[in-house]
Amino acid sequence: MMTNPTGRITQGQFSFLPDLSDAEIVQQVEYGLRRGYAWSIEYTDDPHPRNTYWEMFGMPMFDLKDAAGVMQELRGCRQSFPRHYIRMVAFDARRGVESIAMSFIVSRPPHEPGFSLIRQEGPGRVVRYTVHSYATERPESARYDE
Amino acid sequence: MLKYREMGYWEPDYVAKPTDTICLFRITPQEGVDPVEAAAAVAGESSTATWTVVWTDRLTACDGYRAKAFRVEPVPNAPGQFFAWVAYDIILFEEGSIANMTASLIGNVFSFKPLKAARLEDIRIPPAYVKTFKGPPTGLIVERERLDKFGRPLLGATTKPKLGLSGRNYGRVIYEGLKGGLDFMKDDENINSQPFMHWRDRFLYVMDAVNKASAATGEVKGSYLNVTAATMEEMYERAEFARELGSVVVMIDLVIGWTAIQSMSNWARRNDMILHMHRAGHGTYTRQKNHGVSFRVIAKWLRLAGVDHLHAGTAVGKLEGDPLTVQGYYNVCRDSYTRADLPRGIFFDQDWCDLRKVMPVASGGIHAGQMHQLLDLFGDDVVLQFGGGTIGHPAGIQAGAVANRVALEAMVKARNEGRDIRVEGPEILRRAARFCAPLQQALDTWGEVTFNYTPTDASDFTPTAAVAH
Repeated sequence: MMTNPTGRITQGQFSFLPDLSDAEIVQQVEYGLRRGYAWSIEYTDDPHPRNTYWEMFGMPMFDLKDAAGVMQELRGCRQSFPRHYIRMVAFDARRGVESIAMSFIVSRPPHEPGFSLIRQEGPGRVVRYTVHSYATERPESARYDE
Repeated sequence: MLKYREMGYWEPDYVAKPTDTICLFRITPQEGVDPVEAAAAVAGESSTATWTVVWTDRLTACDGYRAKAFRVEPVPNAPGQFFAWVAYDIILFEEGSIANMTASLIGNVFSFKPLKAARLEDIRIPPAYVKTFKGPPTGLIVERERLDKFGRPLLGATTKPKLGLSGRNYGRVIYEGLKGGLDFMKDDENINSQPFMHWRDRFLYVMDAVNKASAATGEVKGSYLNVTAATMEEMYERAEFARELGSVVVMIDLVIGWTAIQSMSNWARRNDMILHMHRAGHGTYTRQKNHGVSFRVIAKWLRLAGVDHLHAGTAVGKLEGDPLTVQGYYNVCRDSYTRADLPRGIFFDQDWCDLRKVMPVASGGIHAGQMHQLLDLFGDDVVLQFGGGTIGHPAGIQAGAVANRVALEAMVKARNEGRDIRVEGPEILRRAARFCAPLQQALDTWGEVTFNYTPTDASDFTPTAAVAH
């Protein structure tokens, strides 16, 4: 259990709100589709704040314009990785953006162990900091088992 | 007065070249001074002219060096004031130097006696000159990628009180704000290295707070470390130390000047650093409508000079700003191509030639109860800074941060769902407050606070009203 006010990792657009229902996820997906974004689904068992590259669950769905199809992919990802973090990512390929336009977490492990901060004292009171994910002390694919 | 008009500074048939810089001045000639003559004088005094004819002009191809006033119109509903359009050849300005451009355009001319007042309202900078600048070292797109924060405004707070906290106490505010849910904390503009807190002490305690909050939340966090100092050598030393400690961002004040700004921009590029610009001092020359330089021009120069964050107003907060005029500043920061838009004070199309985009910062007297207005006015690409609106929360700093973050996420979610947040905003906040006691407390504390004064600087082309509930 993490000690921040939400008790969980607060990455993404909506971590301070109650978990989004599937119907609410659909509304966000449709918003992205209306704006021409391409959705993709990513998962990880290493949510370190600087772990940029979560695993891709299939390719970004550049040609999929129907929220139902996106939700089917999400169901597949949840079935395959029931205890991982899963996030929905919308990509905006317009010139001058060419980057992520939306990103929010839709699945989490039942317990979020969080991170420790490791301090290495250096000269002149300088400290080197390492944010360490407790989950990564366990092997890949067994990080959120009971 | 000299006959500037006859000296070639007035050319009503002049067709501006694509490589010309065009300035729009608002001029108030002295009694009895003809507006066209005054416009020609502005062109003259901001380019080649001196107070008398010099034979050495004949040693130059002087036609090309003369700026040319080519259009004069009365300002609507402002007796005695005129808009004057002046074109400048590209040879007049050193490549990549705002210092050089400003020395001409806002140099002697602003003290010229035949004018009671002059204001540089807007500027069209030709692509050929834009491309001599590197622009923002990071830009808002790459900033989001580095921070891993997308699809919502970023949240910040300025550490309060501005003055007097020791390094240890200061870091406490940083930690509470960031752990509570803010993305950034910020040094104030006048926090440098005073007796109560030397800069190294501040940097060391702040970075402990930043890293501790990052571990507590799993998010990348930052705190704008103000490196403003008396000399470039000292600024570089402070910036280097911020980098060594792992900060993602450093901060400078506008008062350091154009040359120092461009130097720090280059430094930020070399060191993968976000460069935050606080516009301290701008109100001395941007606020009054009849004299000075519009902030939209300052924003354009700062985008060229290369800053990543720029305080650009709130419209609804405690500091000057008509909503449409402020939106004009935001567009200048964020557009790929800015279109002329008179109600927003934008007189010229401006191609930014793929220069990176500046993240505008809304800071000063804003609170969670205004979240719908802020999101509606400014969209996603903005840093919303709630200083008093975080640290002044009755249940503490973390609670203040939670209130702001919940209000923000609830409003973004509702907007994406197709709700009309301008109308439904207060209701969306009330509903979110049902599951978030800190938000309810924030609404109870500040819900009725507004700064509803008539702006001094609004467009001449549309009636404006201050934002009310």
